[in-house]
Amino acid sequence: MDKKVLSQKSIDSTCQSMIKKAEDEGIETIWDRLEKQQPQCGFGELGVCCKICMQGPCRIDPFKVGAQKGVCGANADTIVARNLVRAIAGGTAAHSGHAKHLAHILSKSAKGEFKDYPVKDPEKLKAVAARLGVDIEGKNNEELAREVARLALEEFSEKEGPNLWAATTVTKGRVDTFSKLGVVPGGIDSAISEIMHRTHYGVDADPVNLLLGGIKCSLADYAGCHMGTDLADILFGTPQPVVTEANMGVLKENAVNIALHGHNPALSDIIVQVAAEMQDEAKNMGASEGINLVGMCCTGNEVLMRHKIPPLTHSVSQELAIITGVIDAMVVDYQCVIPGLANLLDCYHTKLITTMPIAKISGAQHMELNEENARECAGDIIKTAIDSFGNRKPEKVNIPKEKNTAIAGFSTEAILGALGKVDSEDPLKPLIDNIVNGNILGVCLFAGCNNAKVPQDHNFVTMVKELAKNNVLILATGCGAGAFARYGLLTPEATLEYAGDGLKAVLTAVGEAAGLNGPLPMILHMGSCVDNSRAVDVAVAVANKLGVDLDKLPVVASAPEAMTEKAISIGTWAVSGGLPTHVGVIPPVLGSDLVAEVLTVKTKELVGGYFIVETDPLKACEKLLEAIKKRRQGLNI
Amino acid sequence: MKGLIAVDVNKCLGCHSCELGCAVEHSQSKHLFSAILEKPLPQNRVIVEHCDDTNIPLQCRHCEDPPCAKVCPTQAISKPEVGEAVLIEDELCIGCKVCILVCPFGSISLSKDDKNIIKCDLCFERTSEGQVPACVSNCPTNALQFIPVEQFTKEKRREFMVDFLKSS
Ligand code: SF4
Repeated sequence: MDKKVLSQKSIDSTCQSMIKKAEDEGIETIWDRLEKQQPQCGFGELGVCCKICMQGPCRIDPFKVGAQKGVCGANADTIVARNLVRAIAGGTAAHSGHAKHLAHILSKSAKGEFKDYPVKDPEKLKAVAARLGVDIEGKNNEELAREVARLALEEFSEKEGPNLWAATTVTKGRVDTFSKLGVVPGGIDSAISEIMHRTHYGVDADPVNLLLGGIKCSLADYAGCHMGTDLADILFGTPQPVVTEANMGVLKENAVNIALHGHNPALSDIIVQVAAEMQDEAKNMGASEGINLVGMCCTGNEVLMRHKIPPLTHSVSQELAIITGVIDAMVVDYQCVIPGLANLLDCYHTKLITTMPIAKISGAQHMELNEENARECAGDIIKTAIDSFGNRKPEKVNIPKEKNTAIAGFSTEAILGALGKVDSEDPLKPLIDNIVNGNILGVCLFAGCNNAKVPQDHNFVTMVKELAKNNVLILATGCGAGAFARYGLLTPEATLEYAGDGLKAVLTAVGEAAGLNGPLPMILHMGSCVDNSRAVDVAVAVANKLGVDLDKLPVVASAPEAMTEKAISIGTWAVSGGLPTHVGVIPPVLGSDLVAEVLTVKTKELVGGYFIVETDPLKACEKLLEAIKKRRQGLNI
Repeated sequence: MKGLIAVDVNKCLGCHSCELGCAVEHSQSKHLFSAILEKPLPQNRVIVEHCDDTNIPLQCRHCEDPPCAKVCPTQAISKPEVGEAVLIEDELCIGCKVCILVCPFGSISLSKDDKNIIKCDLCFERTSEGQVPACVSNCPTNALQFIPVEQFTKEKRREFMVDFLKSS
């Protein structure tokens, strides 16, 4: 495979060397499977295939010669809209499933049943309880935890009032806009099941009404994300800046390497705690450097943010981790854990360990998390990994050398803390002043996945350098943030190298005030994909302070390599939140002019935000910069 | 590259992907996402027909002695080379539709503005560059293949032999 072909798969040199190794060993990876899937179905690419009932599948001819209606009479607009909102429901189910899991844990923890999950951040617990309207006076942690857990669990089922997590965390202006449109979600699960109802055979056929249903569901997704962040912080601690290293060079030949993969801290955080106590066991088995935990995808982000566990690799390159030959166990929970991992187990010694009852993979070893005995489960899993260390196949071992320093841990609290060092009376003031005086042109949140159809990280890295050069303050989450970590872009050095003068000055001033002896990293890593809610918190605080709504702020978002249904639901709530939101891959909606028009134009009138679909990263930057400048004009700054 | 489009009806799932690929190939932009926005919209030349339980993608068979060419009053249809595509010269076509009447396969149709006839051109631009026609490359099950006649007949004979030996 020559350099050019490799760089079309991933721009990460460690990934490239592992792709080459896979090829030499005749091992199939995600890119081979993508190639075998070519050509992909044009009807599916355009979103005009409907499989909702058994009279189908029906397809609409985009060239308008063949069928223009499904058997039931649904046209392209209805079919595209139904497919899209079902994807939003899928994303919502995933994020909120994550949150629901934590809500159950908090509930049982408060009742003293889950002893391994004590409240780690009572301050956050208090803050969340107060925000939700709980009378916190005189209540101890257990009482507050019980209240918050009860309210959290109530947010899922049918309820009469608005969803608390959605309604209490956005601006008043947003609440008014959402109320006017009739898209305020009640229970999160109700919103999901309402989508499944209205997209059932013969229910909602009006594409605009369907899309409004999608917006409502996406706001339920937002609620789930915010709850996920809040509860994780309460149970495992609110992140503060940490320094670590990222990319495959963090693997150690003489350690038991355990990769923590998936999305939830429920097990991974406990594994981090227990592994610290089992170092000697690993050493006794011949692993002179003990246990080396590494992170992948958003589980990786969770343990990076709270425990500086080094991020290994992300998203489309997850199989390549195993191809290094030194991952003794890959412990997975749920979401973005691809079944293709199991295909590698014939050739490598790695133990693939599934841990969640709803996420098993044939070929993997299932060691289910029992929250009542979480530490014991974690211990068993680590023991399995230690045993696996002895089964390595030396001829298969090849650890790429590259690794880069990465600074992460920028929760909202941490960001406000750093800003507070500049102005302790009014922490937001330095941020707002610098936005107003133009040192910071605007803010961009990078989120979302990699996608095998895009050279891995190419769009992320190209765009972030361009925007930083133009003095855009960058926030990042999820696999995007992971990508930046692997290239050394979460560092003060990156600030000095790539940031425009204005941005550089601000990051330096804050960094110096915070005692870093240099600038803040160029990109503030805010956590996993549910932690996009942290970015909303910052934006809402700024909007409230300025007395304007979110759709007036020079704040934009981008998912330049989006892939999952979760990316679709997050993108939709970012738009609903008022943000111009870039997507770097073509979503399956072009089969309906009407739907495409609503998403990219009409939403501007309805909610202020809108989608920008642009596959060229530099052109995407131009469009985002233009959107930021327009917003600045609107604010007269 | 010379060859014929061979159809394996057992492999055709009726997904219509060949039709999409054909229309895109006959568009200005040659890309699905922009082709669907072109004016006029490009049209496909291959059509998947369905009868009983069988699907069959049908396109011009590029007859060696093409009846359509014979009846064309303006010589708009011609077959320049043996074994190659039967082609239409749009400027000469007067839209009399006689060719449509005589084609035994129903493979010639009218453009959507009713002005021209359209039919498969065997993707001569692609095949002259050594590529297979668009319908073939868009078929996810390999029900469509572009192969030399000799190879096709050879495979056919093999198949026959296998069946024959099995049943005897
Ligand atoms: S719901 Fe309508 S469009 Fe969808 S498969 Fe059934 S008949 Fe076809």
